[in-house]
Parts: sequence; structure tokens; C-alpha cells
Amino acid sequence: MYVAVKGGERAIENAHALLADVRRGDRSLPELTLDQIEQQLALAVDRVMSEGSLYDRELAALAIKQARGDLIEAIFLLRAYRTTLPRFGVSEPIETGAMRIRRRISAAFKDLPGGQVLGPTFDYTHRLLDHDLAEGGGVPPAPTAPAETVTFCSVADLLARSGGLIEEEVPLDQEVGDLTREPLSFPADRDLRLQNLARGDEGFLLALAYSTQRGYGRNHPFAGEIRYGEVEIESFAEEVGFAVPLGSISVTECQSINQFTGSTTHAPRFTRGYGLAFGQSERKAMSMALVDRALRAREFGEETGAPAQDEEFVLSHSDNVQATGFVEHLKLPHYVDFQSELGLLRKLRAEFFARKDSIEDEQGMQDAAE
Amino acid sequence: MIEAALVIDNQATFRALMDCMARPGEIKTLGCADAPPPLMAGTAAIMRGLADYETPVWLDGTLANPAVAEWIRFQTGAPVVTDPQRAAFALVGSGAVLPDFAAFSPGSQDYPDRSATLIVQVERFSGAMFSLTGPGIRSEGTLAAEPVPEDFAERCAANHALFPRGVDVVLVAGDRVAALPRTVRVTRKG
Amino acid sequence: MQLNEDLVAGRRAAMKILANSDASSIERGLVAADCDARFVDLRAPEVGLVMLRGRIGGNGAPFNVGEATVTRAAVQLASGEQGHAYVLGRDTKKARLAALCDALWQAKASRDSIERHVLAPLRAALELRLQQGRERTAATKVDFFTLVRGEDEQ
Repeated sequence: MYVAVKGGERAIENAHALLADVRRGDRSLPELTLDQIEQQLALAVDRVMSEGSLYDRELAALAIKQARGDLIEAIFLLRAYRTTLPRFGVSEPIETGAMRIRRRISAAFKDLPGGQVLGPTFDYTHRLLDHDLAEGGGVPPAPTAPAETVTFCSVADLLARSGGLIEEEVPLDQEVGDLTREPLSFPADRDLRLQNLARGDEGFLLALAYSTQRGYGRNHPFAGEIRYGEVEIESFAEEVGFAVPLGSISVTECQSINQFTGSTTHAPRFTRGYGLAFGQSERKAMSMALVDRALRAREFGEETGAPAQDEEFVLSHSDNVQATGFVEHLKLPHYVDFQSELGLLRKLRAEFFARKDSIEDEQGMQDAAE
Repeated sequence: MIEAALVIDNQATFRALMDCMARPGEIKTLGCADAPPPLMAGTAAIMRGLADYETPVWLDGTLANPAVAEWIRFQTGAPVVTDPQRAAFALVGSGAVLPDFAAFSPGSQDYPDRSATLIVQVERFSGAMFSLTGPGIRSEGTLAAEPVPEDFAERCAANHALFPRGVDVVLVAGDRVAALPRTVRVTRKG
Repeated sequence: MQLNEDLVAGRRAAMKILANSDASSIERGLVAADCDARFVDLRAPEVGLVMLRGRIGGNGAPFNVGEATVTRAAVQLASGEQGHAYVLGRDTKKARLAALCDALWQAKASRDSIERHVLAPLRAALELRLQQGRERTAATKVDFFTLVRGEDEQ
């Protein structure tokens, strides 16, 4: 029998009112402002923009406030919002070589041109809770030093220029795949893989990247260069007739230098992995670069079989909005499914016990006969 | 957050065209107040509703004037191209000078959706009468349009033979439109 | 469409400054410029998206990183010049002001005034902000020093 059930409207309405109430919390405390979130929880904003795949600091801050700090929920909100807007066009490719550097380090070269610039980093902190911060209060302005205005090319470029020690990227201007327009199919080209990873869950990519280091698809990474800073965005507009400057955004870029390959036709050289994420998202960019490189295993004829090298596994499970949707849908009513399973189970059990009884009866009769 | 009225208009255009494509030969009315002549209101409404930066637009000799090109660029963001093979939309100013369908992309066997849609302006939906059969038409439909080339039915038949490839045709007379998708069989009547 | 290269370079430079400034500073500049700024909207400000692209390895083939919100506007002056703006974010007032500045910059009668009263102060403020950022960053540059190692001693 199938029974359609309706109802729960009032409970849902009241649950949402309760949600709004607990989101606000203790009314005697000041309410969070978007500016506060944007400024003081800036790395949460960066993560929500990266995985929400939408650069807008204010909207990301709003999403975090609305989601009560649940970042995956905030990412979901941002993804939903973007579908309401028309797309005007695409940008010219970002020139990370012209970045206004806020941080730039290389773990491969100590003396890279431009030097090691630490910027605002948690590295070298002692990871001790700072109880002064709990008190709040004044923070002195950061120290300054004389600065140059020059930009520096990437470490990978330096290696490529010094006699082909590393594979060179070819700036082909081919058609660019876009998985917001066409669903992903396999095998996927590297542009689509990178787009998928750029939107992918930081935790998932981190775990995969970690697995490659522990031996599941080993590819010997060095952090060739990590840079974070601002880049200018331009986009060609048909009615204007040229590339219009739109303003600037912050991005983090990671170039990994990996295991070298060689063959009878070309000399051994390092290979590369690449990561690029909105804002200051260093762990994300590094994980992305490692997973990008792992996904290139087949291209280099390396042994495959590790999870991080399995394109279909990685790309199909990297999106936390998809993942949370499928996992969390399990809490929606499955009453009818469950009733049918229950019915089937009862039938199987009845058959089991009937069979058991008849065997026992037979046994009993045999015993009696003997 | 585009002006609300424009969104409603574009949705109405989309709906009307979808119905036209689903029921070949059926005539619907579209509206667009500021079409730059010789672009008809129906053609302009289709451009506004469907064209964007990803759909190159080709203009035939009768339409290729700076005012039309500028209007399309500004209103839709679509690039105006001179190579008809690149066109997602090909705009033909008059059915009298309809180019050979082979000039436009019929899509590929794997991606038949990457074909061109021809927007062909005619003076009126009367005159030369055609019989239409195929998906979306109960038994037989008719459509009259002029001017169209003498061999219009033969051209449509050749296009239909390419299925699943082939171009789709939308005829426009002022603010009235009718569609002849690649699935329709067109024969001359009388 | 044949575009004068200098004109395009000048407009792009102005657009870059406007896009990196906020609405209120642009407005302050326009008030100071005091030029004939009667205009009509060709396109009322609209919020939409632009897909941002990166390059594989920083200089290889392009790929899509993610989108950004963008607001665009277009205006026409009484004297006929058309101004356009595409700016990151959702500030509709800023987009319209930037489009107006683009139009006024193209009008010979007002270009100098826009350069002097709008763009010059914005450029200076922007440069100051960038310089402060550079100096704070420069203070975090590592100065390596090598300790004397035994095997190097004569």
C-alpha cells in the first residue's frame, strides 16, 4: 500500500524561526557584521570564495554569517547565488607573473631572485594559544622596510630557461573546457581537471595530497614556489572593443616541482604540478598542485593505481556541494523505500524460520523413528 | 539583476521559440521595441533572448551595417563574425537572398547541437505555401512565406537528410515568427 | 572597428584606476571636476558574472578558475560620447560613475579636468596604498646569513 503523506509546514516554519534565533544567539552580545567577518575571518572568506567558485568577499562573508560558520553550507549558498546571475563573459588569463607579491617562498631555491618573502603566515608560529588575543586590545602596526616595485618570474620559468631542466608549459590558446556548462566526462583534459580541483574541497584534496606523500602514488614534490598577492583582472567586452580592466583580486599560486622523467628522445627533466586558488588559500593551492601532478601519472607513463591518480575517483568526489547533497539527502523521508525493505526482510525471515522449522521437524521425525 | 522587464521579455521570447521549435510551422508573436532597421522586431527579440558572448552572430550583406552590428554587440555581447561557418546564429535580411545552407555549420555527428540557427526575415507569412510533416505536427501542417527561394523545399529536404546534423531555420515577418527545425519535412504545395 | 591605440591605452589606464577605487572617492573627484556631466543611461547598472581564467603552470594553456561578480553600466553624454564600465563587485553606483568618467574622459572638453580632479587623486591614493603594502611585505623578506663552516677555513 502506498500512502502519500503531507504536512510539517508549521514545524518547518518554526524550525527556520528557531534557526534564526539561535544564529543570533545571546542578544546581549553585539551582532557580527559582514565587515568583521571579511576582515577578521578573512581566510574563511577565502575558502568559501574558492570552493563556492565565486569571487565576492562581501557575499562570502554574508554566506558565512547565514550558515553560522558552517563553511560547506556557506559554499552551497554562494554556488546557489551564482546561478541567479547572467555571465557577461570570460576574463583574459590572469598574469600571476605580474602579481603584486604579498608572500613568495621557494623550498627549492634559497636565493631566488626577489628573495624569500614570508608575508602574513602561520609558519614559524609556535601554535600556542595566545591568551592576549582573548582579551582583545590594540595591535601595533606592522613594521615596514624599503620596497622595490619590480615583479619576478616564477621559479619554474627560471628552471625552464636554464637549459630545459623542467618541462615547459605551452601557452596554447585552445578552447577552454568549462564544467559549469558541460558535465565532466572521462578522460578529462588538464584544464577541466584543474577547474574541478580549484572548486574542490580543501580537506579532500589535502588528504589525497598527503596520500601521495605517504607512498600512494609517490611523485617526490618540492614546493618550487608559493606566491600570494594581487593580480589585475581584464575582460574583453564586445561593445567596448578592447579588454576592459575590472579591478584586482587576491590569489594564491603553487608551483610544485616533481619527479623527473626522461626517455630516449628527451633528456631527463623535472615535471610540474599547478595549484591556483582565490585569496590566501595556501594549503588548498599546495594540495591542488600535488593532486594535479598525481593525475598526470598516465601522461608520464608512471605506475598508476593509487587513489590520487584515479581521475574518475578524484574528480567525481572532490566537490563538497555535490558530496554533501548526496550524503545529507539520506535524512530526507525514505519511508516508502524503507517499508519495502522491511517487507522484504520480514518475508525472507519468515522463509528462513519456516525452512528451519521444517528441517527440525524432519530431524525430530527421524529421531523418533530411530 | 538585469532590469526586470527585460528578463520577463527574454523569458517570453525563449518560451515562444521553444513552442515554435516543438510545433514547426506554428506562428508566434515576439516583441522588441528598439530593433535597429533593417532588423525586424522578431529578429531583435530572438537576439536579445538567445545570443550572448558564446554565440557568434553572422550578418548577411543586407544586414551588415554598423548600427545593426553595434546593437547586437551592446545588447547581447555576442561577437559579430564574417565567417559563416563560425556562426551560432546567422541572420539573413531577406528570404529572397537566402544563402546555401551548406555555408553554415551543421554540427557534427557527436555534437549535432553545435549547428547554426538561421534567422531568416521574410515579408509576410502568405504566398508560397508549404506542406510540413514530422515530429510535433499532427498529420500535416502548412506554412506560407514569401519571399523564399524557388527551391526552398528542396534545400530543406537536403538539410533534413543530414539528420541528426543540419541547421535550424526560424522565419521572421515583423514581430511574427515560425520555426522549421531540421526534423521537419518540407514540400511545396501547389 | 579601427580604434586609435593611444585612445584605447588612455581609456584602459583610466578604467584601471576607476575599477580599483571606491564609489565615494570617484564621486568626490567628479564634484571637484565640475564639468558638464549631463548623461542618459544606455544601460542601467547590471550585476553579473565573469569567468576568471588562469594559465596552467602560470604561463601555459588557459583554464577556468571560478567566477567573480561584476557590475556593468553604459552612459551617453549630451555631447554624444558613450562611456562604459565593467567593475568587480556589485556596486551599481560605482559602475555608473565609472562609465560616466569614461565618457567624460573621451570628451575633449572634459578630459583634462577628469585627469586632474578624478584620476590624479585616485592614482595617488592607490599608489600610496600599494606602496604601504609593498613596504609591509618587504619587512618580512628573509636576510640569510651564513655561519662560518669549519671546512671553509684556511
